[in-house]
Amino acid sequence: MTKVKSLADLRKMKEEMANKVQLREKGDHPDQLVQVKVSMATCGIASGAKEVMNHLIDQLDQQAIEAVVTQTGCMGYCYAEPTIEVTLPNSSPVVFGYVDTKKASEIISRYIIRGELVDGIIPVNYETVNEKKKD
Amino acid sequence: MRDLSMHITDIVQNSVRAQAKLVQLTIEEKEDWLIFTFEDDGTGMDEETVKKVTDPFFTSRTTRKVGLGLPLFKQNAEMTGGSLVIFSELGKGTEVKVVMGLNHIDRPPMGDLPSTVAMIITGNPDVDMVFKYIKSDSEFSLDSREVKEALDGMDIRMPQVTSFLKEMIDENLKEIKVNL
Repeated sequence: MTKVKSLADLRKMKEEMANKVQLREKGDHPDQLVQVKVSMATCGIASGAKEVMNHLIDQLDQQAIEAVVTQTGCMGYCYAEPTIEVTLPNSSPVVFGYVDTKKASEIISRYIIRGELVDGIIPVNYETVNEKKKD
Repeated sequence: MRDLSMHITDIVQNSVRAQAKLVQLTIEEKEDWLIFTFEDDGTGMDEETVKKVTDPFFTSRTTRKVGLGLPLFKQNAEMTGGSLVIFSELGKGTEVKVVMGLNHIDRPPMGDLPSTVAMIITGNPDVDMVFKYIKSDSEFSLDSREVKEALDGMDIRMPQVTSFLKEMIDENLKEIKVNL
């Protein structure tokens, strides 16, 4: 019978990683990490945000890029879902809209690795319905 | 929503937004029923709000005017002869219980449950989660607090951790013969 993975294997994995690289501890210079947030509200999920997040995690893992991926709620850009927010070290966050797995790969290879801007950025001056109402 | 895993992601996100510190997701196969229970210790809702949350044109958000997560899940459950009920108390938390016909032709497929649970755990590092899958003769459970303890300070958000958890959950669910 094949052995099923357990938390003991997770401890082993952690130790192996610690031997290979200087492991990044929780809260250790978080601004030096690439941070990716995937919008995971109903609008995002129905548009394929889960596949995009899965793809980002797989690619960042395979390419050994020092990045963390988290979920976030609706950012208000329901028309452009799936949306992701990418924050490079020492940079302002950038939100990309209409992200599919192909776009996600492009964002990794061009924006995250090389720092080039790619199409699909939602400008910061976009106003949600509610913000418009206040004017 | 194409599959039940998408609903799970969506409903857990409600708990996260309600500032829950602990979310417990239990999936149980009982006779001819598939039962999902989501329990959180978030802000909870008053009676009036609970009555309105399954109305697709009600939302507590200000960035849009519809709230489709719970209504879509309720519709899916009712299509299989089941139901969705909500128990909530302000300041204490919320419980959402969804019952679906396990073998009903209109029941959506489960979808990628291992990656869904793994991504919820690592994608919401400030929220703890207890995941349980119960079958009549066996069960699998995973507590994110134990995962964090095993990681001993390593950042849970690292992609390597998510990949590991995905595989671990997948293997354990297959071990108890969950039909993924």
